[in-house]
Amino acid sequence: MNKPRFAIGIDLGTTHCALAYVESEHCDGEQVEHRQMLIPQLTAPGSVEERPVLPSFIYLPHQDEFKPGDLSLPWPSDPGRIAGTLARNQGTTTPVRLVSSAKSWLCHPDVDRKQAILPPEVPRDVPRMSPFDASVHYLAHLRDAWNGQHPYDPLEEQEVTVTVPASFDPAARELTAEAASAVGIKNLVLLEEPQAALYSWVNDSRGDWRQQVKVGDILLVVDVGGGTTDLSLIAVTEDAGALELTRVAVGEHILLGGDNMDLTLAHLVKQKLKADGIELDRWQVQALTHGCRQAKEALLVDSDLEQVPVVVPSRGAKLIGRSIRTELTREEVEQTLIEGFFPDCEISARPAVRERGALTKVGLPFAQDPGITRHLAAFLSRQADATGDLEGFVEQAHWASFLHPTAVLFNGGVFNAPVLRERVMSVVNQWLGAEDAPPARLLNARDLDLAVACGAAFFAHVRGHGGVRIRGGTSHSYYVGIECAAPAIPGMEPELQALCLVPFGLEEGSDPVQPPQEFGLVVGEPVRFRFFGSSVRREDQPGDLLEEWSSDEFDELEDIQTNLPADHRQQGEVVPVRLQAAVSEVGNLELTAIPLTGQPAEWKVSFNTRSSGER
Amino acid sequence: MKKLKSLFGSLFDRERLQAWRARAQPAWALVRTYGARLYKYGRIGAREAWIVLQRLPIASLSFARALASPDYAEDLRALHADQFSTPGVGSPRKPAVTPPPPAKAAELEKAPPDSALLLLSLLQKEGRFIDFMQEDVASYTDEDIGAAARVVHQGCARVLREHLHIAPVRTESEGAQVTLEPGFNPTEVRPTGQVVGEPPFTGSLVHRGWRATDIQLPKIATSHDLHILAAAEVEL
Repeated sequence: MNKPRFAIGIDLGTTHCALAYVESEHCDGEQVEHRQMLIPQLTAPGSVEERPVLPSFIYLPHQDEFKPGDLSLPWPSDPGRIAGTLARNQGTTTPVRLVSSAKSWLCHPDVDRKQAILPPEVPRDVPRMSPFDASVHYLAHLRDAWNGQHPYDPLEEQEVTVTVPASFDPAARELTAEAASAVGIKNLVLLEEPQAALYSWVNDSRGDWRQQVKVGDILLVVDVGGGTTDLSLIAVTEDAGALELTRVAVGEHILLGGDNMDLTLAHLVKQKLKADGIELDRWQVQALTHGCRQAKEALLVDSDLEQVPVVVPSRGAKLIGRSIRTELTREEVEQTLIEGFFPDCEISARPAVRERGALTKVGLPFAQDPGITRHLAAFLSRQADATGDLEGFVEQAHWASFLHPTAVLFNGGVFNAPVLRERVMSVVNQWLGAEDAPPARLLNARDLDLAVACGAAFFAHVRGHGGVRIRGGTSHSYYVGIECAAPAIPGMEPELQALCLVPFGLEEGSDPVQPPQEFGLVVGEPVRFRFFGSSVRREDQPGDLLEEWSSDEFDELEDIQTNLPADHRQQGEVVPVRLQAAVSEVGNLELTAIPLTGQPAEWKVSFNTRSSGER
Repeated sequence: MKKLKSLFGSLFDRERLQAWRARAQPAWALVRTYGARLYKYGRIGAREAWIVLQRLPIASLSFARALASPDYAEDLRALHADQFSTPGVGSPRKPAVTPPPPAKAAELEKAPPDSALLLLSLLQKEGRFIDFMQEDVASYTDEDIGAAARVVHQGCARVLREHLHIAPVRTESEGAQVTLEPGFNPTEVRPTGQVVGEPPFTGSLVHRGWRATDIQLPKIATSHDLHILAAAEVEL
């Protein structure tokens, strides 16, 4: 088979999708030139434009809302689902038909991700779709756009890297991989977004990165996108004289991003107008949010501006006289964004957690504390000894209360504002200064919005042609819960032990691991295990049985389950099995159950992506 | 023995060579005179052939086009048989269907309305351009108009930025002395004031001019009615 001509990186973002590619033949060593694909999409009824990004929104129109021909794309498409700019614009006026943030729903543990649940809470006759279908739809749009521009090199045949948040759990990764194979992608690899941002930085430096970092450096990647904040730590190590990058830790899934900032500003202006006796309706608030975003960008980029007028246009044709004019001042923006989202806090600060109301509707688990620096403090403290077991690595001082990063790389459109970059740097350096550590350096990234797609394309290229790679493996160790055999005591839950199934840092394509413990599974009946992950327990090996642990070390994930087929065996028979874990070449975790008696076989243990309510 | 033989052989060769040279001398003189003549006429011939060959593409194109297009063949026939100086003018083309078009001073092309309508709808969608223009501004205060103008300016500027690449025609700053060389393009630069004499003209740049270097308008579905610049909205 011919080697694919292109290496393609797809950023499947919460608010935007982008596709970058590298033509492998035209690359020479570290001169890897990537390009951005322009994505044709509907921008208004009947009008198709090419834009560098595809907004991750799907609009499910009413059958009489548009003329059928007005929704045609350059390829055969389903007029019942509109993706991109038109979907986003249409959703501002008709939100009940808009599917948004599907990616955040994809890793929501409390819902069935293959069931049509989006948009949530809609009138009965509005069609819905599942978070999984939404991902498939975006990928299919990108595939069709690509195949239209490169008819002789279909996307399905190329080397494709799809990025996922570093904080995605194994189930969400598997769903992403499944979505990619649903659109026919054959050569797929998953890549964590902060790693992609770092790859993009490495590629932009054209080999000069080796001068900018040294062995013993710890790079902190802060990626604040439209809807999510993703944190990663990458250590610079040495292997046979060559610099190597090793991802040592990833943060939790934090639903907090640039959109929150625009909303906050809009809310502030809305309150200001309310004090003047002006009430805004929903449409006007949307327009105000839009105006605030532009005012924010203008104020944060140009430090000479003191204030920017924000005008909410009238909805009717009478523009003059009915439009509402107000102002956003530099002080308000800096106060709200810097103090609200990047507060100056101690390293001991932790994000506030409010008690959730008992009867919350099923919604996205948005971060409850908007202080990104507090989330950062919690992350760095939690990972205080992340580099402890790295070979040949400069050991952290034993009194250090958090992991000391030596360099910071920013990613995401939010950090286009120099003020916000400086703020994070000054807070981090203040923490470092308090522990007598040298201040962290700033690594300059070229394009904060499209870096993830470019980095992913670069990664797809170096996978096939050689080049610098970030080592990492699994970002968590994983455990199954085992209930101890003990006499039942009313009011006491049976004691739970955790059996380590997957060690930390199990790499892609390495030999599968198998704890020696045996389980008795009943043939023909679905069996479930409680499943846990830990981002800090690095020493546990497969087969280790834990009886005690502190609650902040473990996160309970969705159950895993298996169903032993009854062929060759009697229904109800108990078969002894061992569990085996491996990380596939694609990059997702695969669990199998291997029977110890009878014919050799492998049974897939699947992640439960359905609701965990019926546990 | 062998050595001797080879020595003898080479001697023999030298003798034969001399004999050959004596015989070849007159023949060589002949070749030189005729060669020079051949070279001279050959060069003239090649130059003429090249001039003719340069016309080969247009000749073959005319040949092919005359075969393919009856109108073109008719034009050519008129050119050769009726001695019309300009092909296509005056040759009565299909007289039964269309009367001969009168000779025009210049062809004025009518711009198709589609792009204009499309640009207007973009300006309205992003910048409320039509709303603004359709209003009577006389009854409003400057403050009200200023507030609305911001919406219009922000939105329309975005349309221009995204769909048209606009660059100044002259890169000099306004007020600078510029010289218009003979043969300047009057579409690009318009001389005003004392336009007398022959170029080069020298004057000061009053306006830098604008040039659309690139236009990227959206592709429109054939079924879409462009005359609707903005749809009426009904909130349910």
